[in-house]
Amino acid sequence: MADLRTEEFVVNMGPHHPSTHGVCRFVLTMDGEVIVKAEPVIGYLHRALEKICENRTYAQCIPVLDRFEYCTSMSCNQVFALATEKLAGIEVPERAEYLRVIMLELNRIASHLIWLGTTSLDLGALTPFLYAFREREDILDLFEMTCGQRLTYNYIRVGGVAKDIPAEFIPKAKKFLSTFDHKVDDYERVLTENPIFIARNQNIGVMSQELAIAYGVSGPNLRATGIKFDLRRDDPYSIYDRFKFDIPTGQNGDCYDRYRVRMQEMRESAKIVRQAIEQLPEGEISAKFNPLVFKAPAGELYSRIENSRGEMGVYIQSRDKEKKPLRVKLRGSSYNHLQAMPHVLVGHKIADVVAVMASLDIIMPDVDR
Amino acid sequence: MITTGFIIASAIKVIVVVVAVLTGCAYATWLERKLVGHIQHRIGPNLAGPFGLLQPIADAIKLAFKEDIVPERAERVTYALAPIVAFIPAMLSFAVIPFGDTITIMGQQIDMVISDLNIGILYIFAITSLGVYGIVLAGWSSGSKYSLLGGIRSSAQMISYEIAYGLSIIGVLIIAQTLSMKELVAQQANFFDWFIFRQPLGFVLFVICAIAETNRSPFDMPEAESELVGGYHTEYSSLRFAMFFIGEYANMITVAAVVTTIFLGGWQGPLLPPVVWFCIKVFLFMAFYVWIRGTLPRVRYDQLMNLGWKVLFPLALLNVVVTALIYRL
Amino acid sequence: MDQYLSVLIFLLVGVGIVLFTFFIARLIRPHNPYKEKNQTYECAEAPVGNSWVKFNNHFYIFALIFVVFDVEAVFLFPWAVAFGQLGLFALVEMIIFIAILVFGLYYAWKKGVLKWV
Repeated sequence: MADLRTEEFVVNMGPHHPSTHGVCRFVLTMDGEVIVKAEPVIGYLHRALEKICENRTYAQCIPVLDRFEYCTSMSCNQVFALATEKLAGIEVPERAEYLRVIMLELNRIASHLIWLGTTSLDLGALTPFLYAFREREDILDLFEMTCGQRLTYNYIRVGGVAKDIPAEFIPKAKKFLSTFDHKVDDYERVLTENPIFIARNQNIGVMSQELAIAYGVSGPNLRATGIKFDLRRDDPYSIYDRFKFDIPTGQNGDCYDRYRVRMQEMRESAKIVRQAIEQLPEGEISAKFNPLVFKAPAGELYSRIENSRGEMGVYIQSRDKEKKPLRVKLRGSSYNHLQAMPHVLVGHKIADVVAVMASLDIIMPDVDR
Repeated sequence: MITTGFIIASAIKVIVVVVAVLTGCAYATWLERKLVGHIQHRIGPNLAGPFGLLQPIADAIKLAFKEDIVPERAERVTYALAPIVAFIPAMLSFAVIPFGDTITIMGQQIDMVISDLNIGILYIFAITSLGVYGIVLAGWSSGSKYSLLGGIRSSAQMISYEIAYGLSIIGVLIIAQTLSMKELVAQQANFFDWFIFRQPLGFVLFVICAIAETNRSPFDMPEAESELVGGYHTEYSSLRFAMFFIGEYANMITVAAVVTTIFLGGWQGPLLPPVVWFCIKVFLFMAFYVWIRGTLPRVRYDQLMNLGWKVLFPLALLNVVVTALIYRL
Repeated sequence: MDQYLSVLIFLLVGVGIVLFTFFIARLIRPHNPYKEKNQTYECAEAPVGNSWVKFNNHFYIFALIFVVFDVEAVFLFPWAVAFGQLGLFALVEMIIFIAILVFGLYYAWKKGVLKWV
């Protein structure tokens, strides 16, 4: 075989490809169907969000940042609100904190459901996609009921939340949560034990702990390698220290582990929402905060939260007596995951690219900002 | 002895079968969309006509009105011929399928089969294998890398299931002692004589290979849309695309008909006329195809090769030896 | 031979239908090619390099083994059909034949050729 010379060739995967989850482009150098080199090309979805934020007041940034990572807009709201509150020294009322946690966790479930649907679709299983979106629909109904929006919520504001939940929210949420675990069981029945699904995922896209740490991989992708790191537990923000929940981890860091971790996380999130609804106190939903006159003191800070994909952070540098931030830097976890991907891909087949990309749950707004 | 009557009878049968198969293909797409729709908790096509029954016709008209795009890098002649090469064999293999008992019209004995070749099964294997050429040529001639990968996958797929496909029915042949499809049906008069009961392993192997043969999920790697965009037919548009599409469904119907004939008793059944029984069995098998598509993820093509060579092939050989021994003892 | 005549009629009708539909479609469909449209699809990027490369068929060895075993399958067909009349000798003979081939498969397997690189 040695003297049989074959050529490597270059395939563009993306930006307009059915399974690159947005406009990501991979330049794949291939030897037959085996990948020799993979090179991500980004920037197709760049919207200059950071720069836009620098030209707006703190309160105005929040609706813009809804678009930062649109699968989990609540997290985007939360991370910026958190940063501003730290900067201004605002104390958020108890009820608002609980509402935030409810929304954040529901949003995490919704985001994981999108991931589940697209993953199965990328692997050629059509049906779980629609099942997952059926459940996501229920969550979006809850959001719509509360803030009138289904994708870009602008719900979590500086100092609290925009509106109190309507009366029918709690019963509807409870109904959703009572059946949700069974629904997850259903998905698992379709995929988890399926030999084809296992063959497509096990030992595919293995990410070592060293690689994960070196590239700043976070969230479920990090936990799938066996590192138990979750900002909700390790750097608690809001009121996450009041809830009991497990942090699922994997061992091998392959696609299958990432799948298991995310499936488990959906159940844990549901657990948190149940507790939060149970403990939900009465009271104010927002601290006193006037966005029109608010001027931040000089300083800089970084606030971070655990969103569904990993660590989401925002760094703000403020000028004294200015309504607008001097510099805003956003950290999206998908950016790091995308960077680690070429190392993971080499030696795999082209069919594995979609499996790995899906299991890392990369979405492009998070990468390009 | 070739008479004019024979030619006319043949021509009528051919036209009836062609129309039936083409209609069958059209409604197979409808069945698939409707059934997958219900599997996925949605309605499926429901606007064109009652229950969306006119949807296939609407699709056909739409495709006919689409521009035929030939990429500049394509190898033009091969590119134009490939869809035909994929389509014709899919139709042709229907020639030996008996879809009913012999009937007598105007004193003429007419077999409800276009051609009762004494090597019926071999003919089917030979003809259906030709369909791969259409796909490989389409993939190569498009000049697109995705098409090329799709075409290569198709040939890779072919060499992994073809042997097990052929061997899986040897067991049936040992028992039946004939290659004629008509004879095979005649030997399954009783329900428990159906070869599915006498050759269960052969049946399972045959069905798995048949799904691979027709490029259907979970073995739809040559056109895996989430990996290769459209695979071998990425560049095709208009009616040329439709040819691949119809070819695929015609293949499915053929395989369903072959399975019906070889394993499920052919057109035989109580009360209802033979043709109706035949259609019911084919329909059920088509529904089975759709059910699989709605359930399973796609395998990777090296995994199919492993499956074909390390599982299906040894099992098929085992089936042959065991059947031969049982038959002899 | 008359049965093959039916197949020939079938073939002619099939080809006729294809040509007829192509002809009809040619009359009704638009024709408006331009350079960008006629580019091969490469996910909305300008195509890089040629697609007709010396492609690395990792399954080359499979293809060689395939030929061997496909021929074997062809031998099995007449044997299976005539099995009833052949007697025990043919059975033993064929089992030996299969055994040799199985050994060949086993050899290839152990040799690691059946591993998809």
